[in-house]
Amino acid sequence: MAKRIDVSDLNVYYGDFKAVEGVSMTVEPRSVTAFIGPSGCGKSTFLRTLNRMHEVIPGGRVEGKVMLDDQDLYAADVDPVGVRRTVGMVFQRPNPFPTMSIRDNVVAGLRLNGVKSKKALDEVAEKSLRGANLWNEVKDRLDKPGAGLSGGQQQRLCIARAIAVEPQVLLMDEPCSALDPISTLAIEDLINQLKETYTIVIVTHNMQQAARVSDRTAFFNLAETGKPGRLIEMDDTATIFNNPNEKATEDYISGRFG
Amino acid sequence: MSTLDTTSGSVPQTARLTSGLGPKSSSRAIKDRAATVVMWLAFLIAMVPLVWILATVVMKGGSLLLHADWWTHSQQGITNREEGGGAAHAIQGTLIQAAMTALIAVPIGVLTAVYLVEYGGGRFKRVVSFMVDILTGVPSIVAALFVYAVWITTLGFDRMAFAVCLALVLLMVPVVVRSTEEMLKLVPNELREASYALGVPKWKTITKVVLPTAFSGIVTGVLLGLARVMGETAPLLILAPYFRSISTNLFDGLMGTLPTMINAGRDNMAIEANSERVWASACTLIVLILVLNLLGRLISRFNKLDR
Ligand SMILES: Nc1ncnc2c1ncn2[C@@H]1O[C@H](COP(=O)(O)OP(=O)(O)OP(=O)(O)O)[C@@H](O)[C@H]1O
Ligand SMILES: [Mg+2]
Repeated sequence: MAKRIDVSDLNVYYGDFKAVEGVSMTVEPRSVTAFIGPSGCGKSTFLRTLNRMHEVIPGGRVEGKVMLDDQDLYAADVDPVGVRRTVGMVFQRPNPFPTMSIRDNVVAGLRLNGVKSKKALDEVAEKSLRGANLWNEVKDRLDKPGAGLSGGQQQRLCIARAIAVEPQVLLMDEPCSALDPISTLAIEDLINQLKETYTIVIVTHNMQQAARVSDRTAFFNLAETGKPGRLIEMDDTATIFNNPNEKATEDYISGRFG
Repeated sequence: MSTLDTTSGSVPQTARLTSGLGPKSSSRAIKDRAATVVMWLAFLIAMVPLVWILATVVMKGGSLLLHADWWTHSQQGITNREEGGGAAHAIQGTLIQAAMTALIAVPIGVLTAVYLVEYGGGRFKRVVSFMVDILTGVPSIVAALFVYAVWITTLGFDRMAFAVCLALVLLMVPVVVRSTEEMLKLVPNELREASYALGVPKWKTITKVVLPTAFSGIVTGVLLGLARVMGETAPLLILAPYFRSISTNLFDGLMGTLPTMINAGRDNMAIEANSERVWASACTLIVLILVLNLLGRLISRFNKLDR
């Protein structure tokens, strides 16, 4: 189920502006990879190239190669819609569909792609909500609007929605930055469970969080504003935090940055 | 406003704020009071004509609306001097024409707005948007004459109620486009991205996520557009003159409507029976538009809870 991601020499552009330059990395299956780095260094931008969400933005384009196992995501005959079914995404701000109930939010990916059977959808809804550790809190109000949940619950709802389509990879862009410490902990626990089944990539500004949840960590940086961001180094999380190769990494982690 | 000047006029103002705690400054309290009074006055002045019109119309014609005949009978065989008959022909005509107009204008308007917001880019989008702006400013008489020139002079068809609908479509489309456009722009981009990220294609994202989210706003816009065209008179006068009997065929000759019924009776306002009918027609038109608006609110509320 989980798949390996291989990126080689990737450049990412917004129109003429090169936001990320020359990134090569491997993301192992069934592991959690954290992206850290200062604001504006292109973590979100790079993350969004891994499921071709980048090209949704007008002017957004990519040079280089992203392989999912042995499939080139940017090959001419690959449908970006299919890519996004395989590589799911959770956003920084919880964004449940306001017109849909909790249940319909969870199964939105299936329903909007033509799955009709109520029984099958109910099963998926329960399984995904259990998978997102939300089932017990919402099982009595599945028909209430998803927007009526608390922020932390909404974010877990979005995670349930993302895993309901059974992706191989789950991308998370600062999934906890809008949440309180308890909800954050709930989501970190969830990430730990999810990595049994999925390949997970998470962007975070929280060093402790990166240290707690990730197996490997990638540090991004940019020389100065207006210059493209680059991958500085990537290694086991313990190595990055205790014994990094690059001085910039050490400075950033110890807070001596900029 | 002169009360304000007396408080601040004599003492020279220094550029220093009186500090922190203490009683509310009296000049600020007066300004606050004055602004409140001005706003209330503006509100009342704006309300005066509205209430006046409503009261006049209801007083002079409201009673006829309480007779069942008004809603079920036409004016067939009834002269201006006689009492009796009803407005069923005109009510039906207005509703049928409004329905046909909406049937044509809503899809065109909504799809144009979807194009402008979700797909359009570059020069063509700007051209379309500019055209819609121009259409917004077209007076109804010009729309009517345009349809007359195309439908009757060029294509050689007869005058018929359907031609009125075509003219009304011209007037309604820009209203629907602009209001739908505003509503679609209000849908947060995050929702579109959330949908894309689930592997939902763009067109499904638009039909199942974006449009439902904007639904109540779009309905409101459509109803505003409809309310505007239901009261239009110029296209009716030019393209489908008043008819006293019930006629439900859009494609055959004359059809009575409320605005033309009002217009037809306006010359003989001295005759009691006739003038009451005219006021009652006006009252009916207002009631219809009101009901339409309430209906729209109901639909949009129902929709929000249901999904
Ligand atoms: N839609 C966009 N259009 C143009 N430029 C953009 C867009 N989004 C981001 N950028 C630019 O791309 C660069 C990288 O932005 P990105 O959002 O990827 O940074 P980030 O590392 O995620 O920052 P943060 O930690 O603050 O989220 C920045 O210089 C930013 O200004
Ligand atoms: Mg970011």
